[in-house]
Formats: sequence, C-alpha cells, structure tokens
Amino acid sequence: MKKWFKVSLAALAAAALLITGCGGEKKKAEKPAETGKTKVAFVYVGPVGDGGWSYAHDQGRKYLMEKMPDVETTIVESVPEGADSERVITQLASQGNKIIFTTSFGYMDPTINVAKKFPNVVFMHCSGFKTAPNVGNYFGRMYEARYLSGIVAGKQTQSNVIGYVAAHPIPEVIRGINAFTMGVRSVNPNAKVKVLWTNTWYDPAKEKQAAITLLDGGADVIAQHQDTTGPQQAAQERGKFSIGYNTDMAPMAPKAVLTSAVFNWGPYYVKVVDSVKKGTFKPESYWGSMKDEVIGLAPFGPMVADDTKKLVEEAKKKIIDGQLFVFSGPIKDQSGQVRIQAGQKMSDAEMLKFDWFVEGVDGTIAK
Amino acid sequence: MLFRVEKRMTTPPSLMVLVPVAAACAAMVFCALFLLLTDRSPVAVYGAMFEGALGSEYGFSETIVKAIPLVLCGLGISVAFRMQVWNIGAEGQFYMGAFAATWVALNFPSLPAVVMLPFMMAMGVLAGALWGVLAAWLRNRFSVSELISTLMMNYIAILWVSYLVYGPWRDPKGLNFPLTAPFPEAAILPSVGDSRVHAGLLLALVVALLLQFVFRKSRWGYEIRVIGSSPSAARYAGLDIQGNALLVMCVSGALCGLAGMVEVSGIVGKLQAGISPGYGYTAIIVAWLARLHPIAIVLVSFLFAIIQVGGFMVQTLGVPAAVATMIQGAILFFVIGADIVTQYRIYRVSGDGSEVND
Repeated sequence: MKKWFKVSLAALAAAALLITGCGGEKKKAEKPAETGKTKVAFVYVGPVGDGGWSYAHDQGRKYLMEKMPDVETTIVESVPEGADSERVITQLASQGNKIIFTTSFGYMDPTINVAKKFPNVVFMHCSGFKTAPNVGNYFGRMYEARYLSGIVAGKQTQSNVIGYVAAHPIPEVIRGINAFTMGVRSVNPNAKVKVLWTNTWYDPAKEKQAAITLLDGGADVIAQHQDTTGPQQAAQERGKFSIGYNTDMAPMAPKAVLTSAVFNWGPYYVKVVDSVKKGTFKPESYWGSMKDEVIGLAPFGPMVADDTKKLVEEAKKKIIDGQLFVFSGPIKDQSGQVRIQAGQKMSDAEMLKFDWFVEGVDGTIAK
Repeated sequence: MLFRVEKRMTTPPSLMVLVPVAAACAAMVFCALFLLLTDRSPVAVYGAMFEGALGSEYGFSETIVKAIPLVLCGLGISVAFRMQVWNIGAEGQFYMGAFAATWVALNFPSLPAVVMLPFMMAMGVLAGALWGVLAAWLRNRFSVSELISTLMMNYIAILWVSYLVYGPWRDPKGLNFPLTAPFPEAAILPSVGDSRVHAGLLLALVVALLLQFVFRKSRWGYEIRVIGSSPSAARYAGLDIQGNALLVMCVSGALCGLAGMVEVSGIVGKLQAGISPGYGYTAIIVAWLARLHPIAIVLVSFLFAIIQVGGFMVQTLGVPAAVATMIQGAILFFVIGADIVTQYRIYRVSGDGSEVND
C-alpha cells in the first residue's frame, strides 16, 4: 500500500508542478487579447463541422474576418439550449466581446437575459423574434430559395413523389415545406411532397434513416430541413436525387445534389459589425431576402436540365425585382379550402406563425 | 519478478480519495501531451477550464447550478443501484418531473408562491416516482429487465415533453414557437442574490444527508443492500424483494423528478425541449464513481460540473468542442480505470512465491 501511496503522491506532485509551474506563462498568453481589435463572438448549437446550419454561420464568420482584419472572433460550438447557453453567453460577454451572435432559436430568452446585464454589448439572435435596446434579431427569407429549389425538384421527379425530411413542426419549417411544395407544383401540379418528421436538428443517422424510408416509399427526390447531410447521403446511396439546405451540400453527395437552398451570412455580419463600430447600430428584426443576398441557391448539379435552369433563373429574377411573391393567393390548404384569397399576399406576421400545410403536401402537423 | 492480483477485502480510506485524484491528474497529463502534439498550450487550456469554472464568483455559482441536477439524479440513481436495481431512467424521470411541475405552473397561475412551489414539487416528485414504479412493476409482474424498460421510457418521456411544447402547450403569444408561456413569478424558485443558484441546492443537500442516514443507520437501508448483494440470502431471510423493488424505484424516480422540477422552476422558468443535456445519464456515472455514497455524490457532481462548465470556456481559446469533450472523457476513463487499484491489491512476489514487502 505504501508503494501506491508514493506513486499517487508522485503523480499529484507532477500534476501540481505542471499546473502551477506554468501559471506564470498563462498571464503572458492572455496579454495579446488586450489589443485594439473588436472582439466578436459566435455561439453555435451544433459543431461547425455539421456541414449545415452552424457551418453556414461559421462561413459567415470567416468572411467577416477576411473583410475586417481588425476584428477578432471567438466561437463556442455544440452549446445546448437549456441552462448552459445563458452561462456561455454571459462568460463571452464578460470576456470583453463587443458583439455576440447567438445562432439558435433556443438561445432567445438566454440572450435577452444576458443582454440586460451587459448594456454595452450588442447581441444578435438568429431565428427568434424578441428585441431589446441592445438586442437585434435576424433571419433569412429562406422560403424564396425553397420555392426555387422546388421548381428543380418538380422538374426532376419521375415518380411525382418528393420526400421532405422535416425537423420540428415550427413555423420556420412549415413555411419552408409550403414554399417548396408551391415551387414543385408551379411546374408539376401532379407531384406530391411527402413529409416525415424526425424531431431532431442534429442526428445524422436518424435523418438519413428517415430519407431512406421516404425513398423506399417511392420518393425519387429528397429535400430536408436539418443541420446535417444525412438525407443527402441517403439519396446518393440509393441512386436518387436531393436538394441541399443551409450550405452547398454537393461536396457531400455530388451524384445526388441538384442544388441547395443556402444562407449567406457573411455580408450581413460585416454590416452589423460595421454599424456597431460606427455607433449606428439599431436593434431591429432583420429578415434578409434573396435580393439582399442573404439567401441564395447553390450551383446546379450536372444532372439538371438546361430548361429547368432557365425556369429557375426566370423565377429568381422575378422574386428579386418583386414581381413574384411566393405566398400570394389563391393558396389552398390540404383540405382544398382557400386560405389566402386571390390577389392577397401573406403578411410577415402570418408567415412567421405558419401552422398549416398547403395543398400538395402529404403529411400532418402535430397540434 | 512476478506480480499477483488479489481482491481487497477492505479498501483503505486514504486510497479511496488518493487514487481518483491521482487518476484525474494522470488524465490531465495525458491530455497535456495530446494538446502539445496539436500545438496548443496545455497550461492555457487548463487555465481557461478552471478559470471558467472556479476563477470568478460567477463561474463558481454556475458550477453549483450545473451540479444541482446531477446531485439529485445521482442520489436517486444510488437508491436503486444499492439494491442492484438498474435504473437507467433518470433522464426520463427528470423530464416527467419537469412536465408535472409545468402543468401546475401553467394551470394554476394565480396560486401564491407558498402553495405553488410545494404543489409543483409534489407533482414533480409524484410524476417521477410513477414513471419509476412502472418499470419496477413490469419487472415484478413480467420479469422485464428494468435496464431496458427504464431506458426505453426515457425516449417516451422526452418525446412527450417535445409533443407538449411543440403542440398543445405552446405559448399562444409565442408565434407558434416551441416554448410554453413563461411561469408566473410565484412558480420560480428563489435564488441567491444575482446568481442562478436556487433553492434546489438546499433540497439536494438535505436529501444527501437524509440518504446518508438511511443507508447507514436505517433498517431499510440495510435491507436493500442485502437484497442487492445476495437476493437468495435475502429471500431466505424473508425480505420482501418485490415490494422493495417497487419502493426503491419509487424513491429513485421521485428524486429524479424533483431534479426536473427544480430545473424548470429554478433555471429555465418555462418548459422547452432539451431542458436536460443528458443530466440523467451523466448522473449514472456520477453515482457509480461515488460508489453510491450520498456525500461522495455531492462532491463528484461538483467535479463533473467543473469539467463541463470549464469545457465550454476551453473553446474560447479556439479549441474545438470535440477536444474539450475528449478531456472530459479521458478524466472519466482514467478515474474509472484506476478502480482496479482500490478494488484489487497488486503486489510483487519473489521467486519462491512469498510476498515482497516494501
């Protein structure tokens, strides 16, 4: 026993040496942080390597660093939306970050709470709806890109069944499914969009499995709303097609991806940081569109026919110059009842709380 | 030179403390090598970790906040594990407790705090207990392994809460987003000053002391240990195994349900999906490392909280989350692995087989 005692003591002493011995160095290491750079922090819900949602935000951060060399960024990834997020945001604020982007819906109330304690820090929350004197929120009008990608899927499908692997039944996801379906049916009125919920944002295996279920059920094009590339891989493995989301997913499944509906956060991040530095920042609810280039469509895959590309380009032009608005009436719901009258357009408020499916969607929303 | 391994009859208390500490240090040395190989300063990384978790009043308070649910779930698990009833369902019982407490807060918003909080607590405890007892009943009646049933019931509980917050319990003013309405003021557990350290801490400590007494002094504490270590001897002694299985799962589930209640009432202030980042699972490791001793569970929970709170701060140095998780994993691996030293005696024997004394 004595021997083990000695060994333990030795290990303890070694570890103590390691920790204390380098204590002096630590202060040196921290010093360079005190430069004139503007510190900006990003909080991500998934790992930056998810190839989707968090990856797209991180691409925006990299763009920001490139355009503004006097900005220093810090990231914290895979932060759960419960009790942890409020602490992480607080600690980032107390580390001297001047602008903090919190990029998941569940961070909304934590962001608002922390913002009260740090009035001199600007907080930007993605995908929520609350603002405060030093909190703005921002999101993209993804439905525009969804509609365009729907045109591609509608032209490509042979079976007239398109699978949609859906995340959670919230307005953002429902809006995406509806816009996509309207895009599909604008070129192919016989096609149906079959929806399968995974109740996940980040579960590559489960999301892939859901896509396989849809493919086995007759779908020959797969669209998705999660943060991973699982469904794309399923489509590639089965020799079918897919529509990516968040970021260009073609590198993950080059034989399957027709195009992707993507976020392009970089220019917006530059704009926000610039406005904070100039002192012109105003807390607003920003909903960036294709015209603002926050939303876009990734390059087409080689399998997409030229006339499809032409159709998409035409629709894109119309969306950008305001001739085409995705949710303009008449729009029928699944039961065939007209919900939006001819000549009417859905307001932002209506779109933000979408809780019904349009005609052509094969699926249900848990109520 | 030969070595021989022999199970210890008793473990000296000094070893019980020293070995895990030494193992944790060894793990940190191991990770330091890895960090050096990947061009990162281990000093800066460990510095950030402890600075984040213990270096400031805020960090310290948050470490306590993180430890509270781990303590309560760990204690709950220890009750069942003492009888070798493998309750893997702490996570689900946590969610059921959170669900029942929320039901009270949303449906009786005008109750004063003195009625509201005990009512929420009672419902949280009851829901957790029922969720636990169900598994015990299946075990008694149909010999269903509680290992499987409790694990499966976790998914049911988590999805049930998801269903509620995405569906019927959505805040009508919340633009159809998946959150319940915020709790009324009376349904929020009081907290210390500006920090998020809430009254759940007090509950956790009281329960720990209570269990310490029950395990060491009470007849029931002795009974469940006998049943756990030898069911046949227990049966011979006339102990009621099935009744006790129901009882331990009831207490176990109740404590995990209480953990869920204090988390929604003390921290989140509403119900939402993902309220637990796996507390119920982490607590299994906590209880195991603490050898099911209530006071040790409190300490080990605190250590885990340090690792987890610190882990996020490590990321601010540009270290990916995966590396932070790896450090946590290495510490666990070493500490659990070092168990062999406390459980077994390893000694050198000379050629003729006699023990070498040193």
